[in-house]
Amino acid sequence: MLWINLAGAALIALIVWWFWIYKSASVAMQDGAIEILVKDGVYQPSKIRLPANQKATLTFTRLDSSPCSEPLQIPDLDISASLTLNKKVDVTIPPTEPGRHAFHCQMKMYVGELIFE
Amino acid sequence: MSNTNNDASETKHACCSNKKAPSGKVAATKDEPKQEKVDTPSSANAQSNKTEEHHLIIDGASCASCVTKIEKALRAVDGVQSADMNFAQRSVIVTGNVKDSNLITAVEIAGYNAKVDTSESEEQALDEKEKADWQYYKKLMRDMTIALALGVPLMIYGLTIGEMTVNTTGERIGWFMVGLATLGVMYFSGKHFYIGAWNSLKNHSANMDTLIALGTGTAWIYSMVVVSVPDLLPQMARHVYFEATAMIIGLINLGLALEIKARGKTSEAIKRLIGLQAKTARVIRDDKDIDIPIEDVLLNDLIRVRPGEKISVDGLVVEGHTAVDESMLTGEPMPVEKSEGDKVVAGTINKSGSIIFKATRVGKDTALAHIINMVKRAQNSKPPIGRLADVISAYFVPVIMIIAVLSALAWLNFGPSPAVAFAIVSATTVLIIACPCALGLATPMSVMVGVGKAAEAGVLIRNGEALQTASKITTMILDKTGTITEGAPKVTDVLLAEGQEREHVLMLAASIEAGSEHPLSMAIVESAKEQGIEARKVSAFASIAGKGVEATLDDSQLLFGNEKLMKDRGINIDAFIDKAQALAQEAKTPMYFAINNKLAAVIAVADPIKPDSIEAIKRLQSKGIRIVMLTGDNRLTAKAIASKVGITEFVAEVMPEDKANKVAQLQQEGEIVGMTGDGINDAPALAHANVGFAIGTGTDVAIESADITLMRGSLHGLADAIAISKATLTNIKQNLFGAFIYNMAGVPIAAGVLYPFFGLLLSPIIAGAAMAFSSLTVVTNANRLRLFKAKDH
Repeated sequence: MLWINLAGAALIALIVWWFWIYKSASVAMQDGAIEILVKDGVYQPSKIRLPANQKATLTFTRLDSSPCSEPLQIPDLDISASLTLNKKVDVTIPPTEPGRHAFHCQMKMYVGELIFE
Repeated sequence: MSNTNNDASETKHACCSNKKAPSGKVAATKDEPKQEKVDTPSSANAQSNKTEEHHLIIDGASCASCVTKIEKALRAVDGVQSADMNFAQRSVIVTGNVKDSNLITAVEIAGYNAKVDTSESEEQALDEKEKADWQYYKKLMRDMTIALALGVPLMIYGLTIGEMTVNTTGERIGWFMVGLATLGVMYFSGKHFYIGAWNSLKNHSANMDTLIALGTGTAWIYSMVVVSVPDLLPQMARHVYFEATAMIIGLINLGLALEIKARGKTSEAIKRLIGLQAKTARVIRDDKDIDIPIEDVLLNDLIRVRPGEKISVDGLVVEGHTAVDESMLTGEPMPVEKSEGDKVVAGTINKSGSIIFKATRVGKDTALAHIINMVKRAQNSKPPIGRLADVISAYFVPVIMIIAVLSALAWLNFGPSPAVAFAIVSATTVLIIACPCALGLATPMSVMVGVGKAAEAGVLIRNGEALQTASKITTMILDKTGTITEGAPKVTDVLLAEGQEREHVLMLAASIEAGSEHPLSMAIVESAKEQGIEARKVSAFASIAGKGVEATLDDSQLLFGNEKLMKDRGINIDAFIDKAQALAQEAKTPMYFAINNKLAAVIAVADPIKPDSIEAIKRLQSKGIRIVMLTGDNRLTAKAIASKVGITEFVAEVMPEDKANKVAQLQQEGEIVGMTGDGINDAPALAHANVGFAIGTGTDVAIESADITLMRGSLHGLADAIAISKATLTNIKQNLFGAFIYNMAGVPIAAGVLYPFFGLLLSPIIAGAAMAFSSLTVVTNANRLRLFKAKDH
């Protein structure tokens, strides 16, 4: 029983580490634009580094049919958009101070982060 | 849009083509004659007016410096104000008053190909969305059928005939086959859950897919272990849960499918608005009427509209007279009379006459396009009440996973035999019953319906925050002029002295007042005009500061002004002084008119109260809202108006800048203050208030100026706005409460907290059904708002 409990504790520790502590890798934006796929339940890439104080364009292509994936929100920047299925949708990001801002669907099941640096 | 990046882009070096970009202005048409620029009204207008956006897709641009060339070529086309290319998307947005064909030719001359990007059309996008939703719905229903085709018979078998345990070799083989069939269901009907779960797991995030995949996966793997190596487990624990896996997948697919149907209804309001857009316009070109697609209508085009037809773009009537039904935009049921010089708005319907109007705003600049845009934005925004749910949903899924592990450990440590089976069932049920969707959907679904509902009533809500604050308003400040009253003074009384003839007096009065620019004078001129009385030209016109005016017409000496002016000139007004004061107490402004030094008439002018102001104010007061009236007018008039409409609290002689101070003062008293004004000179006060309401007349509104815009002049719009926001907030609270309670009760029950007391443990299938229908309940409850009738509240 001890081993089972230890295994359970380890599993919990793994969950905590995997979802909350681990910092996943980010992708840097090139030439002021980046393409983001909305596919299989996630944004790909989801963590994007981009230069601060410069206009940038995020081009979303939504391939998931689930209506959850349609609304895109960047609440900190007061941006929202409807991602049309199988279409490229440009979202223009105004020049922004260094910092981190989340982008997500209405229900935060699709999540990503813009890192201005 | 501007040309500001012109200089920067010129420094880029060319790399891909040695074709020279056109320099200077060129006529970009191949087969049309060169256009004369400057003098044509349309190109002159293009410089000064707001113009439309053109979206083009460019073919053949292979490097960044092509961007410079294409932009330059487009900017050289007559009427183009700016051209900005998005290299990544190979698209250009051009602003200006220009034909698409000219732009395409310009790009072709520069050495590339271009076509109009039609994907921007709202209606098309909507159609495509509906089609895609329908496809997805069919797919989900098919998935559901496959899963339930296996799950239901298995469940019935388990409940009635058989024990779902594995003891004999025969049972092992049989159940192994069933396990493979379940795997098939997982693949065909549940693939999207597992792929989504795996992808978000890789991304260190978790969502609903993660929970479903883990829950159904755990049940299946355990069952397969039972079938494959039963000896690992005590005899009592050799139970299979294939039916749970198949049933859960089926039920959740069913829930998702029904949710799509219900979601479609939440966007009805925006669909209706988009549907108001006309598809073609009958433009008069070269004295001929031609039907052209709405996208090709240019500024200053003359458009003919017959009775029963839709107005295609915004414009000014240049010929004809008609009544226009604007109810679809303003909520105002009465048709509005339109004649030469009046504005007409895209999306409204021409009722009675045939008119010709000049296009003043086309494409994405029309009021309707702005309204659609604003409603869409507002529908996507979240009121602060939803923030807690947002914070929770960010941690929700991993927390549920931890609870599932803890629950399994608790059963293994303290549970009765077969502890392993109990542990697996409880962990699976916890994973399945938890529903982050219901939490996440609670707010946005209601906002979507509420904002749409408001738009239907002619109320434009800027964002979720305005919606939420409007529901909590305790004090409403109303501006007098233009808000409670019509804002346009009219002649209300003409009291004639003995021997005077009404028409003659009015003609003389209008003649003398025609020279004055005072609003009260205009009311007199206007009133004479309405009665078909022509003003004549006067001579020796003089204005007497603060008192009135004098002039001569033929042999008559005319004097028009206040009591003081008459006394100064020694004119006897005794016979009328009481009547004049009585008029003043009714919020009217009496003015004296003397002909040849003899009083001829007292003419009273007043800004009439809007017909439904009294009722609307009563409606607001019945909701317990404190009403304060502000006006720059004198105390006497203010008092008279206030008492007429039933307002006890008012402040008169307020300068526009002091209105904001009054707002601040009320806020300091702890009130949540709404401010209603016409949006122009009340801007500081509107901005200062917790919620600023701009009241428009018809569709001529400054949409950007306030938190909430009332498209019709009636104060009922205000009461409607507050009623709708209250109803929406209540709906959100019900949803959030339901979703919280559901999860907070469901998860512990699934973990088995009731088992020690009542011997109750949820089946994973029940959990699947509950979870599938919890988010559906949220959407359905939000849809209830569609039936809300603001008028009754």
